[in-house]
Amino acid sequence: MRRLLAPAATAGLVAAPWLLDSYAISLASRILVLGLLAMSVNLLTGVTGLPTLGQAAYFGVGAYAAALVARAWTQIGVLHLAIAMVVAAAVAAVTGVVAVRARGVVFLMLTLAIGELTYSAALQWDTVTGGSDGRATPAVTPFWGLPAVTRDGHVYLWILAAFLALFAVVAAVVRSPFGLALKGVRDNEARLRADGYPVTRYLLVAYAVAGGLAGAAGALWVSLQRFVSPSDLGFQVSAMALIAVVLGGLGSMWGAVAGTALVVIARDYLGGKLTGELSGRGSLLLGLVFVAAVYLLPRGLAGLSRLSRRAPS
Amino acid sequence: MIGWFDAHAVSMVDGVAFGLLYFTLAVGLSLVFGMMDVLNLAHGTLYLAGAYVAYLLSDGGWTGLLIGLGAGIAVGLAGGALLAALTQPLAHRGHLDQALLTLGLSIIGAEIFLVSSGGETLATDPPAALRGSVQVAGHTYPSYRLVFIGIAGMLALAVYLAFERSALGALVRATVADRDMVRVLGVDTRRVLFGVFAAGSVLAVVGGVLGAPILGPSPGIDGHVLVLSLVVIVIGGLGSVRGALLGALLVGEVDTLGRAIAPSYAAFLLFGAMFVVLAVRPRGLVAV
Repeated sequence: MRRLLAPAATAGLVAAPWLLDSYAISLASRILVLGLLAMSVNLLTGVTGLPTLGQAAYFGVGAYAAALVARAWTQIGVLHLAIAMVVAAAVAAVTGVVAVRARGVVFLMLTLAIGELTYSAALQWDTVTGGSDGRATPAVTPFWGLPAVTRDGHVYLWILAAFLALFAVVAAVVRSPFGLALKGVRDNEARLRADGYPVTRYLLVAYAVAGGLAGAAGALWVSLQRFVSPSDLGFQVSAMALIAVVLGGLGSMWGAVAGTALVVIARDYLGGKLTGELSGRGSLLLGLVFVAAVYLLPRGLAGLSRLSRRAPS
Repeated sequence: MIGWFDAHAVSMVDGVAFGLLYFTLAVGLSLVFGMMDVLNLAHGTLYLAGAYVAYLLSDGGWTGLLIGLGAGIAVGLAGGALLAALTQPLAHRGHLDQALLTLGLSIIGAEIFLVSSGGETLATDPPAALRGSVQVAGHTYPSYRLVFIGIAGMLALAVYLAFERSALGALVRATVADRDMVRVLGVDTRRVLFGVFAAGSVLAVVGGVLGAPILGPSPGIDGHVLVLSLVVIVIGGLGSVRGALLGALLVGEVDTLGRAIAPSYAAFLLFGAMFVVLAVRPRGLVAV
C-alpha cells in the first residue's frame, strides 16, 4: 500500500492542471517552488542538524541570477535553472566557510546575518538588482524547441518537472553515504570526527548543495512570478521555510513539502476566504496553525505516517 | 577627531537611548535562553504590547504615563506567565518547537495589532512637560530622550545589581550555569524560571511603555526589536546581564551612527559587526 503512495502522488500532481482551476494551479506552483526551498532548509536543519535562517539569501541569489540571464541573454528555463544553481552554490560555498564552523544558535544567528546582509545588498545594489523596484522578466521557455510558457497550467508543468527531478536528486543524496555521514554529524559529531571523517569539509559541501537547491528554487520562482524584488529574499521567507520544515517533521523531505503546502494554503488560500474585520488577515490563521501544530503534531506531519505504520491496520 | 565627535554628538546620545531600549528587551531574552534554553521569538510582541498600552493611555500628562506603567507591569506579568506556562511542556523537545510556538504567538499578536490599529504607525506623545528640547553644550536634544536615558539607565543599573550582587541574583546565575546542580540543592528551578520569565517580560513591556515616544507602535516593530535584541544577546553572550548591556550599547551606537553617517549601509554595518564578532568570538563578547 505504502509503495503505491509515491507514484499515486506523482500522478495526481501531473494531472492537476486538468482538474484544478487557474488560481489553485498557481497556488500549487507556489507550493512546489517554496517546497524546494524548504527541502534545502531541511537538508541543513533536519538532516545535518544545523538550524538556518538564511536560505532565502541563496534563493534570492538564484532568483536574481535567473532574472539577469533572462533579461540579458536567453529565455531557456533549464539554463536559468543550471546557472542559478551554480551561482547560488558558489555564493553558499564562500559564505559557508565561516558559518559551518558554528553550531546551534550561533549557526542560526550567523545565517540570519547572511540573510539580512544579502537582503540589504539586493536593496542597495540597484544597478544590478533594480533596488526596491525589482526586476521584471519575460516568460520562460522551458527547453529548446518548446514555446514560451504563459498559461498557469504550462508554467505549473515546467515547475513540476524541475521539482520532480530535483526531489529525486535530493532523495538520492540523503540516502547516499554522504547523506548518512551528514546524519552522523547531527547525531554524534564527536564519533564521526574520531572515525576520521573531515566533518568541516562535509558540512561545507552540504551547505553549498543546500545553497544550490535554494538557488534552483529561486530560478523557478522567477519563472512563476516573472518578477523578483528584495522582499522575495527577506527574513520572512527564511522563517517560513524553517517553520514549514518543523511543521513537516525534521529530516523528512516530503514532510518539508507538505509543511510548505500547509503554510501556503493557510496563509494565501484560507486567508483569502476571511471576510469582514479579518479580511486579508491570512497570517492570523498561520499563527494559529503554528501554535496548534506544536501541541498536536509533536513530530510534524511526517510523524503521522510513523504513527499509522505502528498502528495495526 | 574632536570635531567628528562634536558633529555626531546627537547621534551618539541617541545611540545610548536606543541601546538602553534594546537592553530592556535583550536581558529577559538572554536570561530565559541561558536558563531554560527557551528561545522566545514572541519577545518583540511584548514590546509592541507595551508601546500600544502607552499609546492608548497617554493623555499628555504624568497620570497617563503612570497608569501606563502600572498597566504595562500587569501586562508583562500576565504575558510572562502565559509564555512560561506554554513553553514549559516543550522543555525536552528542542529549540525549533519553541521557535514554532513563539513565532506563532508573535504572528497572532502582530495580526491582532494590525486589526486594532488599522495598520498605521501610532504616534505616541510623551507627557507635555517633556515634549520640547534642551540645549546642552551647543547641541539640541529632545528632552524626552534624555529623561529616557536617565530612567532606563537606572533600570539597567538596578537589574545589573540585582543580578550580580543580590542573593536572588546569585540563584539565577547559578541556575544559568548548572540547572541540575541547583535542583539537587533543593531549589525548585521551575519557580526560578517563572520568576525570570515574568521579570524579563515585565522589563520588555515597560521598555515598550517608556520607549513608545521614541520607537512607537507600528506594524513590524515587534520583529524589528526582536531581531535587534537577538543580535544584542548573540554579540554580548547568552545568559549574561553584563554581555546584554555591552551588546545593547554597541548595537545602539552602530545602528544609530550607521544611519546618520551612511544611511544606505546601516544594515551592513550592524550585521557585519555581528558576523565579525561571531567569527572571532563564537560565544559572544562576555562568554558565560
